Amino acid sequence: MSEATLDTPNQTNAQPQAARFAVFGTSFLIGLVLPVTATLLYEGAFRLGLVQARLLPPPSRIFTTLWTLAKTGELTTHVLATTWRVGMGFGLGAFIGMLLGALTGASRNARRLLDPMLQALRAIPSLAWVPLFILWLGIFESSKIALIAVGVFFPVYLGVMAAIANVDRKIVEVGRAFRLSRLALVRRVLLPAILPDFIIAIRSGLGLGFMFVVAAEIMGASEGLGYLLVDGQQLGKPDQILAAIIAFAVLGKIGDWLIVVLTKPFLTWQDTHQRGA
Amino acid sequence: MLTMETLCKTYPNGTKALEQISLNVDAGEIVALVGGSGCGKTTLLRMISGLEAPSRGHVAIDGETIHAPHPAIGLVFQEARLLPWLTVAENISFGLDDLPKAEQDARVDEALLRVGLAGYGKRWPRELSGGQAQRVSIVRALVTQPKALLLDEPFSALDALTREKLQDHLLALWETHRPTLVLVTHDVEEAVALADRAIVLQPKPGRIFADIPIDLPRPRDRLSAEFAEAKRLVLTALDGSINQPNPHQPGKVYSPAAGGSF
Repeated sequence: MSEATLDTPNQTNAQPQAARFAVFGTSFLIGLVLPVTATLLYEGAFRLGLVQARLLPPPSRIFTTLWTLAKTGELTTHVLATTWRVGMGFGLGAFIGMLLGALTGASRNARRLLDPMLQALRAIPSLAWVPLFILWLGIFESSKIALIAVGVFFPVYLGVMAAIANVDRKIVEVGRAFRLSRLALVRRVLLPAILPDFIIAIRSGLGLGFMFVVAAEIMGASEGLGYLLVDGQQLGKPDQILAAIIAFAVLGKIGDWLIVVLTKPFLTWQDTHQRGA
Repeated sequence: MLTMETLCKTYPNGTKALEQISLNVDAGEIVALVGGSGCGKTTLLRMISGLEAPSRGHVAIDGETIHAPHPAIGLVFQEARLLPWLTVAENISFGLDDLPKAEQDARVDEALLRVGLAGYGKRWPRELSGGQAQRVSIVRALVTQPKALLLDEPFSALDALTREKLQDHLLALWETHRPTLVLVTHDVEEAVALADRAIVLQPKPGRIFADIPIDLPRPRDRLSAEFAEAKRLVLTALDGSINQPNPHQPGKVYSPAAGGSF
């Protein structure tokens, strides 16, 4: 790994494939140290009879439950339902948040007109919309997707607006000196300049999307990971609740990882202190 | 070619940055705007570039009043201001969007060759040194072949050796198309090395204090007696601009508060 970087001191992305996988593998393993240790400790404590397993079942039992759910195909159904809801809600919320954020970030008049109202709406706890959404959109998918979209919208909107408003004046001036039209300035200067902040905004948006899908599914669903949670509570199956929680963690992590991996090629230009680490 | 008529600039907070600046710059001439900090030399350059509007008076290029950045005027900033998400080559062709791709590539390759950066086209700006970045920034402004190039203290952040090299680079680039150059600097040596005329500005508010022709043949020998003499002339004027009231306003009383209490 180190000789690979020494060979090509000035090149980006020139590390051999194998070396990159080695780096990725190492950091992946380091990330596993804490959760695996905690799991083993708890399992050990359970085996030694140090903890009561009625309310907090040992990892082995949770994974057995998870495995059973997977084998019967039940898990796939629930994961797909949740993923679909988050995907739709996230797409909708992020898209509208991006549009309005770009508008209010780029135009002072649009900000004066729209931002006060949007900030007031943001102050409403999003769950307060639930009764209204159910009344308007019914108890099935539409109301759930609407709720998730509302949750995703605000971090994306705020992030994009702040990022555009904070683009370095000096960089914008380069665009002006080259007489770019307003549209060309947005396309060639503002959008690339905010890309790193935009990615952070949609990542936090996706996080809130998962938060709200749980809320939506707890309040009434016949499938989805949130339904598994409620079902586990009502039937007194803590192992099922924990299995659903683990599935949420994995799903959320994969979603976030996808955003990071898919956008990485567009950020190779960044000059950050952690480059190459 | 460039004409400034009774230019004034007062900022909204009441600060008078420039007062009654009138100046003509001929085509192909190199003019250095010299002055201490706060004399408004950068403001003057920004008004010529069209990035800032004068409060009164006007700037024109070939008789055409400048209201906004003009296609015939290129601009080089104090910092290189390369766009970090574009490669070096893409940065240079930033102003060439209207040209066919082949023509863009040809101009970029030629430009890189001219400033000794052939083969650097695919690098990112973060991989360049300060001097390399500023060379890219100069050719980015020159590839559009402007009639006038404005430079705002372009070498002030570089070490002395790099600075001298880049001044030579600039002169070599200027030789081909001979655009008009207006260069803001606080470095007297730089002004004498490059310019046909040094305009010394006086601060608070910014006015023209002296207009000193520098009639030395090129290439200039920085160690010659003539060079030293020209430097002495500009330095004396610069000292005077800081320490004395404006000679063009004889009625005005000298006040130490206006600067110059040494």
